[in-house]
Amino acid sequence: MSATDLTAVSDKTGFAPGRWLGRALAFVVAGFFVIFFALPIVWLLLAPTKTARELLLNNPFSFGSFDTLASNFQQLTQFQNGIIWVWLGNSALYTGCALVLALLVTIPAGYALAMTDFKLRRPLLITTLIVMLIPNTALVLPVFLELSAVKLIGSPLAVILPFSFFPFGVYLTYIYFTTSVSKDLLNAARIDGAGELRVFWTIAMPLATPVIALVGFFNLVGNWNNYFLPFVTEPGRKSPVQVGLAELLSNVPLFNPTSAGSVTIDLPVLALATVVSVAPVLIIFLFSQRFLVTGMTAGGTKE
Amino acid sequence: MGYTFSSGYGLLLLAFGVLPTLYAIFLAFTKAGAFVGVDNFVKVFNDYRFLPAVQHVAIYLVVYLVCLTLFVVLLALVVHAVRSRWLSTSVRFLYYIPGALAGASSVMLWLFLLDPSVSPVAFVLKAMGLESFVQTVSIDNLPVIFTVIAFWTGAGGWIVIMYGALNNISQDVMEAARIDGAGPVNTAWYIQIPMLRKWISYMGIMSLAAGTQLFVEPRVLSQASKGVVPPDYSLNQLAYLFAFRQGDFNGSAAISLILLVVAVGLAAFFVFRGGLFERD
Repeated sequence: MSATDLTAVSDKTGFAPGRWLGRALAFVVAGFFVIFFALPIVWLLLAPTKTARELLLNNPFSFGSFDTLASNFQQLTQFQNGIIWVWLGNSALYTGCALVLALLVTIPAGYALAMTDFKLRRPLLITTLIVMLIPNTALVLPVFLELSAVKLIGSPLAVILPFSFFPFGVYLTYIYFTTSVSKDLLNAARIDGAGELRVFWTIAMPLATPVIALVGFFNLVGNWNNYFLPFVTEPGRKSPVQVGLAELLSNVPLFNPTSAGSVTIDLPVLALATVVSVAPVLIIFLFSQRFLVTGMTAGGTKE
Repeated sequence: MGYTFSSGYGLLLLAFGVLPTLYAIFLAFTKAGAFVGVDNFVKVFNDYRFLPAVQHVAIYLVVYLVCLTLFVVLLALVVHAVRSRWLSTSVRFLYYIPGALAGASSVMLWLFLLDPSVSPVAFVLKAMGLESFVQTVSIDNLPVIFTVIAFWTGAGGWIVIMYGALNNISQDVMEAARIDGAGPVNTAWYIQIPMLRKWISYMGIMSLAAGTQLFVEPRVLSQASKGVVPPDYSLNQLAYLFAFRQGDFNGSAAISLILLVVAVGLAAFFVFRGGLFERD
């Protein structure tokens, strides 16, 4: 029921206090949840501009100063000789390589499932659907056990390879090709004498740009934020930033009294580290709102 | 030709989908390479930490699923009823943006929010009689805390999905309801919610599967609270402890396998019965 309908009805019935009450209530609910979802992020963005003392005593939504922000940043980068850069570098390496590899294998696979016919096609499609719906954490320990059996733990491959296995991307590509690219178009090219690779590369790929971007986006965001898998397969200095962030936590005296005395991390610095760790994803999010919506509703195209 | 194009993906599917599963099955039923039947499972079931972990996860799931379903449907309906396009888009975006902080970062942020000494909502915590971080994360509060964290990061995505599904309801149906004199509440109850049923069950099943895997939230909270949140709170944490503290890969595989069977079962059920996904 849209709000236009609301007014139409109340116009007919004259003054309708019940309707107005309902509307007010709806606004209150929606507004409350806007605060619930957005306020923590606002707070998080403001926290690194304050000193530890200001964070405790000042208004939670006040702005500190850029100088404090700079000194917090310095404290963060000096922690264990700039290990934050190592972590960020690891994250970039893992997610970057995985992104390239994932696109290289995912797009052709989705294309094959949609546009060609082969014996194992149906089993492959159904397996893909099932694996896609399994939460990715469910396979972490089995994957860890497997990787440790082949002595890959600690190698960058131990996250890059599992990260580039992306059944959801295959499904998205499959849906895209079945719904928006016609087989006739490809057949026309074949009649003109183009080989299969050429058909894929010069005809299908250019048409698939939107879905390539979408698959890349979901792959990158999901992998950047992944905690459990790198947590078990990439120990110590090999950690990506999400795992490193939890490591920083052990050096905050407030949460962890026993660490007092060693090098400690102030709360605003920890907040800054949190911001830094999600900044790439947050920025991508801000610029790709439209993507998200299309991608997430892609599941039900045949509803 | 199909084989060439799908070979790379096929290899990864074997290496990181099929093989780990088979290997976990192998480990779960053997010890030092010898077949031991269900011994590993018996050992895990009899572990004093197993049942509490099952209970913790079960209670969390109940709280989480009820809240998620209730509020996601409510908010999707409310946002869908907003007249102004601009306002509706912005609100959905605000609901969605915490999704960027999935994983450890969102737990990190909530550490601050749950600590009465720095929290911007300290007055709320204090009103509930919570004066310190340790008090806030006491074990009885955890299902609610994990629900809040999971809802904060994940609900926006589902709201966007439900909103999309609401948009798919034909205008004729809505129009007919309006002519019959149905108000917003009746329309929601008799038309919109029944038409969302498939999506609601999809959300329920996916969240159930994901919720059984609870790991990063209790893990980070446990680290932060120095054990007030126990390191063996959830099943996945227990599987982790078996592998990393006790070096017992067989026991770890047994727990992982139980969780995996649940996840695969739910996924397969949905693929074959849910009818939401196209299978040719």
